[in-house]
Amino acid sequence: MNSNKWFNILVPIISVFIGILAGAIIMLGFGYNPIQGYVALFNGAFGDPYFFGETIRQTTPYILTGLAIAFAFRTGLFNIGAEGQVIVGWLAAVWIGTTVEAPMIIHIPLALIVAALAGAIWGFIPGVLKARLGVHEVIVTIMMNYIALYSANAIIRNVLTNNADKTEMIAPSASLASEWLEGLTYFSRMHYGILIALFAAMIMWFIIERTNIGYELKSVGYNQHASKYAGMSVKRNIVLAMVISGAFAGLAGSMEGLGTYGNMTVSSGFSNIGFDGIAVALLGANSAIGVVLAAFLFGALKVGALNMPTQAGVPNELVDIIIALIIFFVASSYIIRWIILRFKKEGK
Amino acid sequence: MDYVIEMLNIRKEFPGIVANDDITVQLKKGEIHALLGENGAGKSTLMNVLFGLYQPELGEIRVKGKKVNIADPNVANQLGIGMVHQHFMLVEPFTVTQNIILGSEPTKHGKINIKKAEREVQELSDRYGLQVDATAKISDISVGMQQRVEILKTLYRGADVLIFDEPTAVLTPQEIKELMEIMKALIAEGKSIILITHKLKEIMQICDRCTVIRKGKGIGTVNVAETNVTELAALMVGRDVSFKTEKKTAEPTNTVLEIKDLFVKDSRKVNMVKGLNLDVRAGEIVGIAGVDGNGQSELIEAITGLKKTNAGSIRLNEKEISNLSPRKVTESGVGHIPQDRHKFGLVLDFPIGENIVLQTYYKNPYSKYKILNYKEIYQKAESLISEYDVRTPSAYTKARALSGGNQQKAIIAREVDRSPALLIAAQPTRGLDVGAIEFIHRKLIEERDKGKAILLVSFELDEILDVSDRIAVIFDGKIVANVSPENTNEQELGLLMAGSNQEKAGDNQ
Ligand SMILES: Nc1ncnc2c1ncn2[C@@H]1O[C@H](COP(=O)(O)OP(=O)(O)OP(=O)(O)O)[C@@H](O)[C@H]1O
Ligand SMILES: [Mg+2]
Repeated sequence: MNSNKWFNILVPIISVFIGILAGAIIMLGFGYNPIQGYVALFNGAFGDPYFFGETIRQTTPYILTGLAIAFAFRTGLFNIGAEGQVIVGWLAAVWIGTTVEAPMIIHIPLALIVAALAGAIWGFIPGVLKARLGVHEVIVTIMMNYIALYSANAIIRNVLTNNADKTEMIAPSASLASEWLEGLTYFSRMHYGILIALFAAMIMWFIIERTNIGYELKSVGYNQHASKYAGMSVKRNIVLAMVISGAFAGLAGSMEGLGTYGNMTVSSGFSNIGFDGIAVALLGANSAIGVVLAAFLFGALKVGALNMPTQAGVPNELVDIIIALIIFFVASSYIIRWIILRFKKEGK
Repeated sequence: MDYVIEMLNIRKEFPGIVANDDITVQLKKGEIHALLGENGAGKSTLMNVLFGLYQPELGEIRVKGKKVNIADPNVANQLGIGMVHQHFMLVEPFTVTQNIILGSEPTKHGKINIKKAEREVQELSDRYGLQVDATAKISDISVGMQQRVEILKTLYRGADVLIFDEPTAVLTPQEIKELMEIMKALIAEGKSIILITHKLKEIMQICDRCTVIRKGKGIGTVNVAETNVTELAALMVGRDVSFKTEKKTAEPTNTVLEIKDLFVKDSRKVNMVKGLNLDVRAGEIVGIAGVDGNGQSELIEAITGLKKTNAGSIRLNEKEISNLSPRKVTESGVGHIPQDRHKFGLVLDFPIGENIVLQTYYKNPYSKYKILNYKEIYQKAESLISEYDVRTPSAYTKARALSGGNQQKAIIAREVDRSPALLIAAQPTRGLDVGAIEFIHRKLIEERDKGKAILLVSFELDEILDVSDRIAVIFDGKIVANVSPENTNEQELGLLMAGSNQEKAGDNQ
C-alpha cells in the first residue's frame, strides 16, 4: 500500500527527468547549450510576474481538461473527445457572453453553466452510443471533435457574426478577466478562472472519493461484472461518467472564452487543450491533486518554451521536439504501467 | 540426497504481514509432494517465490543441489520449473497451440511455423494422455481442458518440476480422476510435482509426502503412508477438526422460492434451463446436485436477475421476481455467493472494506444524502473480518492481495450477514481449508435454523450429502429427482446426475 503510493509519485518524477535529459541530448546534438536552453525555459515560466501569470493562465484550462479525462479514466473510459467538448464549451460561453445582458453575478455563472452543459451534451452522445450499442467511445469522440470544430466555425461565421472570422468581445459582466490580477502580473492574461479550476478539482475529488456516484463509477471501471451483480447499472454509469467528464471539458473551454481571449476565433485546427489534457491526466495518475500539479507543469512548459528561441536561440521546432519528448516519456511510462496492470488484472 | 528442488528457510514479507516465515520444502525426484495449510497460510506465496514471481527476503533455493537465484519466471522456466496457476492465464480467442507457444514461438525465416508447433503440441498431449485438441479455441473448451492446456504449456517449455496451485478446486469429480491419472503419467516420465490442495482425500490418494504450513511457518513434512486425514487436519489447523457437520432435522415452513416451468437461454441462445420446477422452503437447505453445464449457472443467473428468463415464473415469497433488475432482486431478499468470485464476487481493486458493502453502499448508515460514511463502512468491515476470520492485514487492504480462500470468506461474510430470505450459495467452499469449510457449513445451517431458505449448488457430493436437507438432482436443464440425503449415496446420485433415472422427474414435492 505504502510502496504503491511512493511508486505513484516516483514514476512521474522520474519520467519528467528522463524527458528533460532526452531534450538536453537533442539540444547538445544540434549544437545548443542545454543549460542555457533550460534556464530560458525556466525564466520564461517563472522569471518575472508576467511569465508567472501566463503560466497560471495556461494551467487553468489544463486542470479542467485533465480532470475531464481523469474522470472518464476512472470509469474505464477513454474520452479523446475533450477537445471537441472544449470547443463547444468555449462557443457556448462566448455565445452567452455576447448575446445576454445581465448583472455579473448572474451572467458569469450562467455562461459557465451553459458551457458545462454544452460539454456535457458532447460527452453524453458517445456515452449513450457506448452504453446502448457498444460503439467504442474513442471512435465516436474523435468524430465528435471534428463535428465540434466545423460546427463552431460555421456558427461563428453565420450565426454569431456576419461572415466575420471572430466573434465580438463578451460583455464585461461575463468576463473573468481581472484588472487586479493583470496589474499584479505586469499585464499577463491571468484571470479568475484558476479559482474555478481549483474548485472543480475539489469537486472531482469529492465526487470520486466521497459519494455514491464515485463509488459506482470506480466499481464499474474496475469490474463491470461485479458491478452488475451488485445491482449497479453499468450503462447508466458509463453515460454519467461521460457527461461529467464532458462538463469539465466544457468548463475548460469557457476559461478561454470568458477569461483568456474574451471571444472565439474561427479556427482551422484544434486548440490541443483537450489532447494535452490526456497527458495531464496520465501524469497526474488520474487523481485530482495529481492533475492540478501536472497541469501546472504543462502550463509552465508551454509558456516557458516561448522564451527559448529568444533567450537561448533554440529554434521553435526544436523547442516543440523537446516538449514533445518530455510529454512522451511521461505518457509512455504511464501507458506501460497501465498495460502491465491491465494484463495482471486479466491474468489473476 | 536426491532432491530436485530445495527451498531452505524461506522468508517472504508483504507490507504488514509475514507470508512465509522460515519454511523449508524439499522435493524428491519422482514424487508428488503436497503443500497443506489453511487459507492465507502462505502456500501460493511460497510457490510464487519458487516460480520467480516474488523474491524472498531470506533463505536459499537449490535446484539439483545447486544454489540458484530465480529472478523471474523465465529463469524458472530455464531451470525446468513450470507452474499451473489456480486462475488460468490463457488468451481466450487464441487456439490451444497459439497459447502454448506464446512467448517462445518457433520461427522459420521470421515466420511462425504454426503447423510444426501444432504437431509438437499434439505429440506432447498424446504422450501424457491429455486428450487436448491442439487446434481448438480456448473459448470453446471446458475448464478442465483449459487446465490441461496450462499443463501442456509447462511441458512444452521443458518443465521437469510442475507446481499445481489448487488444480482440483475448479474441476468436476470426473475431471479430478482424470487429472490424477495425468499426474501419475507425468511421474512415470520422470517429472516431479508439488501439489497444493485443501482436499485431504486427494493427498492421501496420490501424494508421497506432505509439507504442512501454519500461519506462514513450516510445521514439518510427513510421509503420507504413515499418516491419516484426521492427523493432517489437526497438524494444519492446530486443533481437531470435525468432518461431519452436526445439525438438527430441518423444520421447513412456508415456501420461499417457487420456480415453475422455467426456461433460460445461455449467451449463445441455446436453451439451458428447460422447464425447470423447484421449491425451497423457509428453514431448509436444498442442494442442487448435477454435472457442470446442466443449467446450474443459468438457473442462478435467472433467479438473481443477471439473466433474462424466456418463459416460466420465479416467485419469492409469492411475489414474481423474474426479469427484475439485480438490485430489485437483492432488495426483495436474495443473497448470492457467486461461483466465480473474481468475476462477480469482488472488485479486486477495491479495499476489502468497500467490497463488504458492494450491494449496500447506498443505504443508511453507509451513505446519507448520497455521501458515503467510511467510518460506518469500515466499522462494519472490521466486525465481519473478525467474525468470519478473514485473514487480512487490514480492512484497507485491496481484495486482490488476499489469499484465494480469504477472498471467498469475505464474500460469504457479506452475503450471509445480510441474512436474506433466500441465500443462494454456489460452490461456497471452493478453495477453502477444512477448518473454514466446517465454519461455513455451520453458518449455512445457522441461517437455516433462523428460518431462511438456502439453495446450495455444489459439485462436491460430500458437501451436498452433508449439508442439504433435501437434494434436487439437475440434469439437462430440469430437476429430474428429489431425494433425501439419508436415503441415498454417492453412487445413486451419480447415476441420477447422468440422467439414468428419468421417471423420477416431476416428482417435485
Ligand atoms: N501481493 C500481495 N500483497 C500483500 N499481501 C499478500 C499478497 N499476496 C499474498 N498476500 C498475503 O500473504 C498471505 C499468504 O497468502 P497466500 O496467497 O500465499 O495464501 P495461501 O496459503 O495460498 O491461501 P489460500 O489457500 O487461501 O489460497 C495472506 O495473508 C495474504 O493476504
Ligand atoms: Mg493460494
